[in-house]
Amino acid sequence: MARDGEDTGMAKASKAKRQRKKKPKENKTRTVHANIHYDNAKGEENPNRHYASNKIKTTKYTVLSFLPKNLFEQFHRFANVYFVFIALLNFVPVVNAFQPELALAPVVFILSVTAIKDLWEDYRRHRSDKEINHMDCLVYSREAKRYVEKYWKELRVGDFIRLRCNEILPADILLLTSSDPDHLCHIETATLDGETNLKQRQIVRSFFDLDCDFDPLKFSSIIECEKPNNDLNRFRGYIIHRNGRRDALHKENLLLRGCTVRNTEEAVGIVIYAGHETKAMLNNNGPRYKRSKLERQMNVDVFWCAFILLVLCLFVAVGHGLWMFQYGDKRPVFDVLSPEGTDLSLVMSVIYLFLTMIIVFQVLIPISLFVSIEIVKICQVYFIHQDMDLYDEETDSQLQCRALNITEDLGQMQYIFSDKTGTLTENKMVFRRCTVAGVEYSHDANARRIAMYQEIDSEEEEFMSHGGTLPRRDSVTSHQSGRVVLRSHSTKSHRRTGSRAEAKRASILSKHTAFSSPMEKDVTPDPQLLDRVNECSSQLDFMRFHHQSMSHLPSGLSDIIDFFIALTICNTVVVTSPNQPRHKVRTRFELKSPVKTFEDFIKRFTPSRLTSGSNSSSSSSLNRSSNRGCSSLLSSPSTESTLTKLNEEHLSGTLEQAFSAFSPQYDEKPPDHPEEGELRYEAESPDEAALVYAARAYKCSLVGRLPDQVTVELPHLGKLTFELLHTLGFDSTRKRMSVVVRHPLTDQITVYTKGADSVIMNLIKPPDTGNTKGKRQKKIFCRTQNYLNLYAADGLRTLCIAKKTLSKEEYARWLQRHLEAETTIQGREELLFESALRLETNLHLLGATGVEDRLQDGVPETIATLRKAGLQIWVLTGDKQETAVNIAYACKLLDPDEEIITLNADSQEDCGVLLEESLRYIQSKFLCNSRDPSTKTFLSNIAHFEIYPQSSLSSSQTAHFMVHRLGLVIDGRTLAYALDKSLEDKFLAIARSCRSVLCCRSTPLQKSMVVKLVRNKLKVMTLAIGDGANDVSMIQVADVGVGISGQEGMQAVMASDFALPRFRYLQKLLLVHGHWCYSRLANMILYYFYKNAMLVTIVFWYQFYCGFSGSAMIDQWYLIFFNLMFSAFPQLITGTLDKDVSQETLQQLPQLYMSGQNSEEYKPYMFWMNMVDAFYQSLVCFFIPYFAYADSDVDLFTWGTPITTIALFTILMHLGIETKTWTWMNWLSIAFSVALFFTAALFYNASCPTCYSPSNSYWTIQRLLQDPLFYLLCAITPMLALLPRYFYRACQGTLFPSVAQAGRQLDKLPSDTRRNVLGLSRFKMRSLLGAGPNFLSLSKPKVSQTTTPGSSQDKQSPMKQTRKEKGQKIQLVLPHSHAPSHATHSPRLSGKPKPHSTKHSDETLPPPGPSSPSQTASPPLVKQMVSIHLNLPPDGASQCVTYTQSSEGGLRCGRVAEPAHRTVPAAERAPHTSL
Amino acid sequence: MGKTKDKSGPLARRPDNSAFKQQRLPAWSPMLTANTVLPFFYLLAVICMLLGVWLLLLVQSTQEIKLDYTDLGNCNECFDLRRNVSNAVQTCSCRVEFSIDKSLKGDVFFYYGLKNFHQNLRRYMDSRDDGQTLGRIKKLKNPSSYCAPFDKDNDGVPIAPCGAIANSMFNDSFTLNYHLSSSRIVPVPLLRTGLTWYTDKNVKFRNPRADNLTLAEVFEGTRPPLYWQKPVYSLDPHDPNNNGFINEDLIVWMREAAFPNFKKLYGILNRADPIFEKGLPKGNYTIDISYNFPVQHFQGRKGVVLTTLTWFGGQNHFLPIAYLVTSSLILLTAVVLTVAWWKFGKDGKNMKE
Repeated sequence: MARDGEDTGMAKASKAKRQRKKKPKENKTRTVHANIHYDNAKGEENPNRHYASNKIKTTKYTVLSFLPKNLFEQFHRFANVYFVFIALLNFVPVVNAFQPELALAPVVFILSVTAIKDLWEDYRRHRSDKEINHMDCLVYSREAKRYVEKYWKELRVGDFIRLRCNEILPADILLLTSSDPDHLCHIETATLDGETNLKQRQIVRSFFDLDCDFDPLKFSSIIECEKPNNDLNRFRGYIIHRNGRRDALHKENLLLRGCTVRNTEEAVGIVIYAGHETKAMLNNNGPRYKRSKLERQMNVDVFWCAFILLVLCLFVAVGHGLWMFQYGDKRPVFDVLSPEGTDLSLVMSVIYLFLTMIIVFQVLIPISLFVSIEIVKICQVYFIHQDMDLYDEETDSQLQCRALNITEDLGQMQYIFSDKTGTLTENKMVFRRCTVAGVEYSHDANARRIAMYQEIDSEEEEFMSHGGTLPRRDSVTSHQSGRVVLRSHSTKSHRRTGSRAEAKRASILSKHTAFSSPMEKDVTPDPQLLDRVNECSSQLDFMRFHHQSMSHLPSGLSDIIDFFIALTICNTVVVTSPNQPRHKVRTRFELKSPVKTFEDFIKRFTPSRLTSGSNSSSSSSLNRSSNRGCSSLLSSPSTESTLTKLNEEHLSGTLEQAFSAFSPQYDEKPPDHPEEGELRYEAESPDEAALVYAARAYKCSLVGRLPDQVTVELPHLGKLTFELLHTLGFDSTRKRMSVVVRHPLTDQITVYTKGADSVIMNLIKPPDTGNTKGKRQKKIFCRTQNYLNLYAADGLRTLCIAKKTLSKEEYARWLQRHLEAETTIQGREELLFESALRLETNLHLLGATGVEDRLQDGVPETIATLRKAGLQIWVLTGDKQETAVNIAYACKLLDPDEEIITLNADSQEDCGVLLEESLRYIQSKFLCNSRDPSTKTFLSNIAHFEIYPQSSLSSSQTAHFMVHRLGLVIDGRTLAYALDKSLEDKFLAIARSCRSVLCCRSTPLQKSMVVKLVRNKLKVMTLAIGDGANDVSMIQVADVGVGISGQEGMQAVMASDFALPRFRYLQKLLLVHGHWCYSRLANMILYYFYKNAMLVTIVFWYQFYCGFSGSAMIDQWYLIFFNLMFSAFPQLITGTLDKDVSQETLQQLPQLYMSGQNSEEYKPYMFWMNMVDAFYQSLVCFFIPYFAYADSDVDLFTWGTPITTIALFTILMHLGIETKTWTWMNWLSIAFSVALFFTAALFYNASCPTCYSPSNSYWTIQRLLQDPLFYLLCAITPMLALLPRYFYRACQGTLFPSVAQAGRQLDKLPSDTRRNVLGLSRFKMRSLLGAGPNFLSLSKPKVSQTTTPGSSQDKQSPMKQTRKEKGQKIQLVLPHSHAPSHATHSPRLSGKPKPHSTKHSDETLPPPGPSSPSQTASPPLVKQMVSIHLNLPPDGASQCVTYTQSSEGGLRCGRVAEPAHRTVPAAERAPHTSL
Repeated sequence: MGKTKDKSGPLARRPDNSAFKQQRLPAWSPMLTANTVLPFFYLLAVICMLLGVWLLLLVQSTQEIKLDYTDLGNCNECFDLRRNVSNAVQTCSCRVEFSIDKSLKGDVFFYYGLKNFHQNLRRYMDSRDDGQTLGRIKKLKNPSSYCAPFDKDNDGVPIAPCGAIANSMFNDSFTLNYHLSSSRIVPVPLLRTGLTWYTDKNVKFRNPRADNLTLAEVFEGTRPPLYWQKPVYSLDPHDPNNNGFINEDLIVWMREAAFPNFKKLYGILNRADPIFEKGLPKGNYTIDISYNFPVQHFQGRKGVVLTTLTWFGGQNHFLPIAYLVTSSLILLTAVVLTVAWWKFGKDGKNMKE
């Protein structure tokens, strides 16, 4: 603070002084002065000179630095260093094997390919940088005394720039003035976070009162703000004026680089951060690099290759030693002495030879493999990008691969962790029902309308809903218990198949406005509630007419009107008009201040005219402006601070003034005037929009929002303008938002709060139980809680609405501290948070809403398919348990005939016991069952179908697990306990044996912890998918992170490896592309290993015939370029294009995906099998020519060249066997390879008789081509070499086809037959697929392993168990499992639920009946349900745990009973703190 | 990718619906099952069988006479003489007798063969200078370092031809005699030229260009390799055009054999003589050998081979047998596959139903 004071002084001080002070590195803050006061020429005096300029340079290299820097980077890769080392080894004469220059070729080639790629990328970056740097903007020039055009790169911190409409912001700019009369500037942040709705930015408060002409020359303030950081949603600082006054700066004042100015004619700002220091640039961190599982596996085998290499070299070296030894001291004439003429000692020559052999055999370590993999991956990414099926027409977006090198991981996923909202659901909120003042309005017509949307075609349904012709359902529900409601609803609520046509139409209609498909917009009002609203408002109108106080209104009615007002104004919704979606409806000109003259009117209007041209909004405002002189309500728009404003308003703002003017006018208007309907709402979150649309259906519509006021139109009352004093925005910790307004009717300062029920219900003012009003309040409270539970059970998102009135003194007190909090830089968030807490207490409950979040298209199908593919799907959501469970049922995550284990614990110990118990339950239940599966079901197949073999790769402590038909539901608190070190193993043991896991109420951190736990402990491949900022940590932790590029911004996408437009695309991405990428790459890598080993071992065999001297019959050129050129292309083509199974079959037979999960394409033994095959093939390729030429006068290369040719043919034909689909590209590439080899050989052998010493194969190939023996050899050798593999493949294809092969066979069938086969019966197919020997051997041991230890444990553990936790009551189920004991009590509003106080009548659950509580939330569509109730007796007396299965009949009873019980836990839970 | 930018409108980013981009290229996907493989197997087996039989017949028609003369007959003495390096200068000749039971018809090739001589050692193979043998004057006087230590002798005089290969050149010479009758001995005429590849003789090996100089003068200032008794320009006393680097024996030797046991062409029967018009008639023959090349140091053997050739090489039964074996292997696997398919084929059929 001392420094701040100093700064203030400095502002007025001379330039010289300023200079002394500038030590920006020490500062925690950044101080920005206006450049205008400093001469450009004397740059050194400018205090801003230390800050980065706006020139951006994203290139890595310069012309000079490219070579060294790039090489340096490339040598970070170990393989490159190795190859360079080998190449350099060639320059040592004693060990060299090749011509040294030639030996460099492959390394140079590889390095230069990578370098060229880097260079090209860098050049592209350079080009785009240049383009960006040379964009124009208007900068104020001191000399010219006006704004002049400059390039972006010339911009400096401290410059004033003028922004025009639709201009892109060149830097982070502090907004100083705007042509907008409301001191706003609208921006679109789509490039930053993908959100397409307009954001409002505000002029710095102190410039509010400035005249329209802002003169930069007069600007003398200093801006002090934080250092550049990458948090888009944070900007803290203050501006110090000449007079020493300080004003706080918020993120609302900052315009970020990359955004587009919309809707605002002109704005002027000062550059705060420029170039690389802008938030957009700081956020821009390129693609991520991860290492895929396949690559990790591959690296192991690369090391094996290195090992083989060493063994071979050692073998040859020792062999050479022995060979030399046999000649003794007398050297044969052909054993050449060293150049010095001396004999090499035996040991030295062995060592030299070892090094030589490393050079000769270097190809064993596949030098080009790394490059090839990169190329193939780029192609794969390209194809994934190009897939039409992954393109979403509605949003015009396609899949983006942000991580380029983990495509094959997609084919190996085992666990999917999914967010719920926005990922499984559309995040398109549809208002469903509400409860106000304890009365439920079921909105049956609305529900029916929504159901219609799914069934009937679009036009009709619109008509229906608009016309409201649906028969009014005389629902008794509102006054009865919710049970009936639930029932009547339950039949429909989960049929959300969502017609695509509807969605498409909606999106086309509302291309520009987010969240406004008709389904969300048109809410059919509940007639009863509508009546009451009308009644209420007419009463209000009446009272106002008679100057009565508002407090006379019955509290029920006032609650209703407050409820709707809260829905309307407690949000951040921006109102736009659909025809000109980017232009704000200017309903406020007439409200702002009385327009005195016509000239005044014109003057005020021109700017908006200019922007909008002839738009309907302006005409409508013209229309409305006729009622001029209306209100002087806000004649002085926020001058100094809100505090002073408040005082002023006191004087002027009276009730009569507030709406005397407009009410008559609006009464004339038909309430449902089409013009009204044209307003569109743009909200940051779709919930808000849904609520605003809902309120509009009750004629309570939001017509305008400005930073300091909200205008609402009410029936009978007309337009009311609420002066907006504060908005306490939504955040995830508070889970609520509040607005502080001055109520125009009562002139009271009112706080409207909207938030999660769990939070709001705790903040409700405890009713004064003394009087009747208090009792009524209490009743309302209980009822609301009751309905909230119902809503949640119905899968609706619940929000509570509350209000609070403040006295002026209270408000002033609060405001004082709030303003203090706002102006601090350090720790401002915390202070603001506390400040908000102070305000949001002792609320008055108004009601609650239930908003439906519709499932995305195809989610249940996708989940079912993915599950069939053997993927375990966990849903981690922040929603409450009931909502989550219901959504889970709706999307088929939980199955009705599946048991569900619900874990809710209140303490660590409870949780431990609970886990223990569940584990035991699972073991006891499924062990006995699993005995028959092991023996019988392989034949009978039915039970087996659902039991997926887990990948047995890792299996640490608990070797194998079967996945049972079990669901696990756990809430956030229990999850926190379960994630503790001591319990995590148990938790995992349970969770992994469940088919689906649902974690509710989990925080972002917990989400990532769960993913991390599963990933690390189970050693499985995890995929996390989410759409919001709360999923980012989870996405980052998982092996593959997928972001849904939906409507909650782009944070998840930024963090993700793949971005999908919709959840359902995950199916194709994983099942098709994942599978393909995996099998392609796996096969390619295996092939590479084979290929290199094969070539090298051919040379190796020769060592036996050349005295282990390291000579090679394959010419050095061939040896070096074999990998790089001759055999390179076909495998790239195959690696890119091969399809083992067609995409249709892959999607229809998801089981095929399991091959990737179990790494079946690339198992460790496959590497060795390939090595063995390579050995065999090389033996054939070596010895057939050997014997064919034995004892002849053949010379080395005349014999070696056929071997090279044969090897090439063999390798290509091997690839041919492994290639599953042949397109013309495959043929072409193979033909090209062969042609390339022969052309190269012909040229090489004809080019120069002396050049390639020491090897000299001049004219060899030419002679060979005339030699019939050559052709005879080329015919027979590959045939014999490939016979075993071919035979094996044929046998496999015939006798025990793998799943993939079966799938391929399906592909070959005509399409209709195929459909029949697939349709016939899924598990028959599976049984056939599973009948192979692989499958049996995989699954059998598992069963036996789990059986034995489990059964023994089963007998002993209960004893120990109960002794340990004697007397402890364990709630295995939801708290409201104890409902019966509480149900009779009147709702307990105080005191915690005491588990011990409950009767233990339900220790062992009674048979299903009306009295049995159904703990797991039962979905409406459930036909049969099995739930487990686990209760541990308090004493050790009864040791056995009873598991009851409630049958179909039982369930129905349970469901009827449900609503009664539901009330209890809610009542228990809610009031802990506040009451 | 660039194309997509040109498009505009609501579906601007929609990928092209081309077969390539959607990975729907028409493709042939062969299934490796018994049905598809078996016919192929049988076909292959038959082709290989036929080819094998044909080749076998061809090979049977060739004739070959091998004669290891290392210590045969009176060559034994020479063998012992050569055991001692100090006797290298002494000449030694011996005679080997043999008879041909069945006349060798057609062109007869006379080879000398060495066993256990590793011409394919890496350092040995490298020890040559192609530039020198190509006749480059510069290289003649200044041989490449590859030749070291056989590039210059102890006095620093360059060696021509340099290198270990040339140094160790096989220098036995043979005269084949036909005993027409017990009294009449006719020397069998052997062509000592035309033994090499045309390109070797004409492109790879050339004498240094000598304007009006005799070959001896050209090679002035060089020394013959250490082990040589004659300089390179007088290797062939009979044919002056077969001297220097283009001496065919040298060229043949310089083409390094692939295996430690090899043979190299020494001469071709000159069928101009009416006696040998149809090849070598049956009868008794003797070979007079000038026995120079020591093989004791490397436990080697040497011999001569007289053979006729087929169009695919000498008398080597391997290739036809390989074809026959391959054929039977394919047949075997095919039969196994057929049986398996027959027996367990139900599985495969089921899958399709």
